[in-house]
Amino acid sequence: MGEFEVHRVRFFGLVPAGVRCLACQPRGSRLALARTDGAVEVYNFAANYFQEKVIPGHEARSVEALCWAAGDRLFGAGLSGDITEYDLALLCVARSVDGCGGPIWSMAANSSGTQLAIGCEDGSVKLFQVVPGGIQFERNLDRRKGRILCLSWHPSDTHIAAGSIDFFRVFDVCSGQTVQRIMVNYHVLKVRRECIVWSIAFLSSGTVITSDSFGRVQFWDWQRGTLTESHTVSTSAVLSLAVSEKEDSIIVGTSTGATYQFQLLPVKMGSLEKRWVRTKPFQHHTHDVRAVAHSSTALISGGLDAQLVIRPLMEKMQKKGYDAALRKFTFPHRRLVSCARKARLLLFQFSQHLELWRLGSTDETGKDGEVLPLCRMPEHLVQLKSKGPEHIYCSCVSPCGGWVAYSTASRFHLYRVQYEGDGVSIKKVPKVPKLLLPAYQLQFSSDSGSLFVASARGSVHVLQLLEPGGCKHLHTFRPPSGSPEAVYLLASSADGHWLAAVGGDWAIHIYDLKCFKHHCTVPTYSCAVTALAIHPVTNNLVITYSDQQLFEFSIPEKQYTAWSRKVQNCGLHRVWLERDSPITHITFNPKNPSHILLHDIYMFCVLDKSLPLPDNSALLMNQSTLKQLPETARQRQLHAFKICKKFQPLLFADLLDENCLVMVERPIMDIKTQLPLPIQQKKFGT
Amino acid sequence: MAALCESFTLCGLGPSGGVGLGGGLLALEPGPDPDHVLLTDRGRTATLFKVSDQKPLGCWSVKHGQIITCPVVCNFETHEYIAVHDDKVLRIWKNKDINLDKVFKATLSADVYRIHSLPNGGPVVLFKGGGVRTLDVLLEAPQQEIENVISDEVIKWSEAFMEGQQPVLIFTTEKDGDFFVYVQKLKMNSLHRYKLEQQELSKPLSFTAYIKNQIITLLCLYSNDSVYKVLIPLQQNTEEEEQILSKSLLLNLSVSGSVLKGTSFVVLDKDHVAVLGSLAASGEESKECLTIWNTKFQTLQTSKELPLGTSGQLWCYEEKFFFTHGKVLTVIMYKCETSSLAAAVGKLKDSQTPDVSSFVNWNTLGDEELVVSLQSQQSVALKSESKMTLRSKRNTVAKVQPDTLSVGQLLLNLKDASTTAFEDELRQLMSKAQMPDFQATIGCVITALINRCKTNPKYYPRNFLLQIVQTRDLSYSLCPDLMAVALEKKDVHLLQICLQRFPDIPEEITYACLKVFLSISEAYLQRIDVNLESVICYIDIEFNNKEVKTEIVENGFNAELEQDIWDTKITKETHLTSDGEFCPVGPQKAALLNAVLHSAYSETFLLPHLKNLPAQQAVLFLRYLYYLYVKCSEKINTTLPGIRSPTINQIMDWMCLLLDAQFTVMVMLPEAKELLSNLHKFVRAQVRFYSELNKIEGSLRELQRLNHQKDSQTYSIEVLELI
Repeated sequence: MGEFEVHRVRFFGLVPAGVRCLACQPRGSRLALARTDGAVEVYNFAANYFQEKVIPGHEARSVEALCWAAGDRLFGAGLSGDITEYDLALLCVARSVDGCGGPIWSMAANSSGTQLAIGCEDGSVKLFQVVPGGIQFERNLDRRKGRILCLSWHPSDTHIAAGSIDFFRVFDVCSGQTVQRIMVNYHVLKVRRECIVWSIAFLSSGTVITSDSFGRVQFWDWQRGTLTESHTVSTSAVLSLAVSEKEDSIIVGTSTGATYQFQLLPVKMGSLEKRWVRTKPFQHHTHDVRAVAHSSTALISGGLDAQLVIRPLMEKMQKKGYDAALRKFTFPHRRLVSCARKARLLLFQFSQHLELWRLGSTDETGKDGEVLPLCRMPEHLVQLKSKGPEHIYCSCVSPCGGWVAYSTASRFHLYRVQYEGDGVSIKKVPKVPKLLLPAYQLQFSSDSGSLFVASARGSVHVLQLLEPGGCKHLHTFRPPSGSPEAVYLLASSADGHWLAAVGGDWAIHIYDLKCFKHHCTVPTYSCAVTALAIHPVTNNLVITYSDQQLFEFSIPEKQYTAWSRKVQNCGLHRVWLERDSPITHITFNPKNPSHILLHDIYMFCVLDKSLPLPDNSALLMNQSTLKQLPETARQRQLHAFKICKKFQPLLFADLLDENCLVMVERPIMDIKTQLPLPIQQKKFGT
Repeated sequence: MAALCESFTLCGLGPSGGVGLGGGLLALEPGPDPDHVLLTDRGRTATLFKVSDQKPLGCWSVKHGQIITCPVVCNFETHEYIAVHDDKVLRIWKNKDINLDKVFKATLSADVYRIHSLPNGGPVVLFKGGGVRTLDVLLEAPQQEIENVISDEVIKWSEAFMEGQQPVLIFTTEKDGDFFVYVQKLKMNSLHRYKLEQQELSKPLSFTAYIKNQIITLLCLYSNDSVYKVLIPLQQNTEEEEQILSKSLLLNLSVSGSVLKGTSFVVLDKDHVAVLGSLAASGEESKECLTIWNTKFQTLQTSKELPLGTSGQLWCYEEKFFFTHGKVLTVIMYKCETSSLAAAVGKLKDSQTPDVSSFVNWNTLGDEELVVSLQSQQSVALKSESKMTLRSKRNTVAKVQPDTLSVGQLLLNLKDASTTAFEDELRQLMSKAQMPDFQATIGCVITALINRCKTNPKYYPRNFLLQIVQTRDLSYSLCPDLMAVALEKKDVHLLQICLQRFPDIPEEITYACLKVFLSISEAYLQRIDVNLESVICYIDIEFNNKEVKTEIVENGFNAELEQDIWDTKITKETHLTSDGEFCPVGPQKAALLNAVLHSAYSETFLLPHLKNLPAQQAVLFLRYLYYLYVKCSEKINTTLPGIRSPTINQIMDWMCLLLDAQFTVMVMLPEAKELLSNLHKFVRAQVRFYSELNKIEGSLRELQRLNHQKDSQTYSIEVLELI
């Protein structure tokens, strides 16, 4: 097919923030996750664990606890002392209420989702009523000294167990009194260490499970105040604990990065007597596992190493399939890099700043696998710091490199960048139009003449860019039937005629930019869109979904193309469908219209529509086999998917020109070196 | 391992309920709730007990002069009690009733033998004349006429089950030493009469039965101290002359010289029965005891002596035995765990096995055995029938929905169908995927097909077998005869697929395949469709060139002749060039041999078979292995391209094995000499090469380190080729 000159970029210094807490939606299929930088993410189990929504963080808004209440309302609480409700349609904070008890360490919703309990620094447990349009303070429970680090409701909502330092308490919700206080401390003869109860769970049988800083998981009978079982799982702290809905299995996470499953098993086969047994140990993390969750089919853990690990329980699996695979997410399911093709610039988005780089160049050529000598090194041109505590939602650089735009929760910035020889001057565009903020995605048109701003309620604003550095609002597109959800992906056609936009309801609307009207809607497909792009020559819209399906939709003809129908008829290759990370970017080769270039975290693929599709018996990743074959034998083995797995983890890939690619990698080892040292563990007598 | 646990006394018995035959109780029936039993004595009284509390909850008796003739049962739907006194008078009452004189009464027109109460089907009344009515029907017109079905036979025993939604009643009768079995399906109003096969010098003493998969298993305890098993399929719709039920020996009640004279018995589970009787060793006084036997291993599992004597009756509800012992009614609890051989010989430590989920459902496998035994019985029965009945039978088969039939039954029915009908039915069966015991079903289907092949030598459903093997995860043990038949038919494609897919092929069969593959002529193979994906990547180029060449040179020759010449030519050439450049076998044969190389084996078992390989074939095989070895070594990573191509370890292992097995032959054979010397040279060259590599290992590692350093740069421009 051809040789590419690949710019292999590893200087994007992204360090994803650690996972602070997790919350499974009760009886739902969503998982909420909060990171140490205050960002909140929602993963959708039904859409192959796609990272569906991201609410960027805020410097002053740490999240210590997350919980779902009243069905699908998400609440967070943190050390700022506020209880925050998130708006999952607008992807921002809906409202915030002061807890009036100092920093909040823990929060839990009752089983019906009508009340929230928070545990505060001052030792109080406060109840809030979840009412439509907010929460309302209800009352304080019996207050004693010592911060409340963890909370759990009894499933019948009559009692609350609260963990503190050296002891935990059980409250009667009706009377508000402490009905039991149990010391968990163990007395070491000489040194008295304090024992922190990091996590607590209240089972319907009346058993209270605690995990503490001594590395113990303990099972208590709260009414008698007795310890029924104690398991020491670690020499360091057990930080997190989650119980399955059936209460027959728990998962705990420790500060050494190990997680353990406990199961309630009969002592003998058929016996009625059951005991908690430590069954499965896992070591997926290198650092503290601060958060665990237990869905009906999987153990989920999140660590300070920024990994979210979903480990399915094989005994709950009916068949081998997508759900049965272990998956680890370290990077977001959307792109943080944008590329100015013509100017050969890369823009990297960090949580609070942007970096603009110019790629190096070479004048040599070589054979496959060779590293070419550089005649110019890459150059760090600009670092743009976002002012204020808010984190960046999205950013983009124009194809000519002359414009850079980004948005935070409340502000939108547009810059004009000019290059004079080796110098760069950057100027902020004054008086940007007042738009409905935040913007969720920014996209420049291919001629760099206009900017598309994805906004709330399905709307997309079109701004016209004016020389030498100005802009004006031209039009706002809205879906004809309206939509409550924000637009999160945009694609514009090279001829400036079409614009495609996807909202949180996964409907894809196509707008006509020439006459500013809605053109059509792509038939809905019940899965999340992970990437889309419009072909520069044919104006076909290529769409990838989180279940790894791939569609091609002809915009002029308002229907799926024949090739797309063929793909659906033949079905995609099994190995393709079993990949566990979504396609995050699609691009095309204008010189070779039958090629579609796409990538996910682990592979880069050139899809050649002119070649036959592989069937399940063929080897999907056949590049290394093909390379061993002589020219004549290759023809029969060729198929449409040309996959390269050399570059991992791949955050971004794009085509600069006909045979020049840029690949942005972020080696895991480079992230590890940025993290604090993990707890030292003795290995083989060292 | 079955075991008897603690025992306790439920209640004392009156003067009538003593020990000895004829004494005892009329019956013990389950009560309205779990842990409740209803005891009916031989006089006027019925009592309800809560077993775990050893406490009577209620007691009812009929007037002086009346006598309860039919055990009191409980209607589980209405929680009413039903009894018959003086043969004809039906009484129905509730818990709160005290005086039986004042409760509902109906006088019937015929004598009642027994009432059976079914959990979901309501009570069923069996009359002494063999007539059967549900209670509802009977109460509509108590005086309705009841037919006499059995003339002067006497009912000995009866039992009722629910099959799906319909109650099924089975009872046995006796007349002049002959025993008959009746099966009545109430809803369909069909009655079947069977004659029980005669047994010399002994007769049945006691019966018990259970139903599973639409087959009633009737167990009979005979006076010759044996338990026999009789299978009665429910699906029979023929209303023809009486059939004779053959029986098979299930269990011999003798253990190390002493014989158990059983009086009654119950089935505990698939593998266990409990027998109450007297154990008589020669020259010793007999002792009455309760015993549990394992039928799978024919062993006595446990026994308990009952020195005070029993009435010979035994009941079993909810894992508890009930029997009279002396003057009391005793309850013994028991445990019955899945039998394993280790447990049967007492070697299982303690059943502390945690909750293990197994993938194989052994119950269904058990049923397979059942089907097989049923099949053998059935074939006997079929032979006795005329051709006409066979035809009518086929018609009924066509009508019956396949859904309602179990697989075994279906296969049985298809035994005599025409080939196309047979395959159609099987295909239909296969298409109902995701049945719970699908694996076992496929096994049955294959077995049926193979049996047909065996009986009819002309029949060989090549494509159908191929389809099954290709699409299903089978194993050798599931269909042991399949490969044997394929070997016989020389169906190399099927053998290839089997070798690729079955994990558990015995070495003998692997060897047989190898031999067949080596002996088949290339010309024959050219016409056959074989999966070539394992060789396509490394073999085709040479062959393409070759073919072109031969076509030019030998143009105008007849194909087969050409083939022969070509073969000899190649061997000559390999002799000449002698560096293993040309493949000594055709691509088809190579693909087949690769399948053999890929299959799992154990050296110890394979070696003796390999010794029998004819010398010429051994040399050919070695030549091919040598070729593969050279091919492998050409590549830096010593792997052959392609799917399922043999690995270097497999090649080496087979080469060593073959040389070990055929050592003397190879040494003696002149044509092997050169091959061996080439092999030797090649290996020696490799050893030298690797020892040189070892010397420069340090330098190579340094190079790698440098390479790695380059890798850790933050920016580079590289060349990537995509094909």
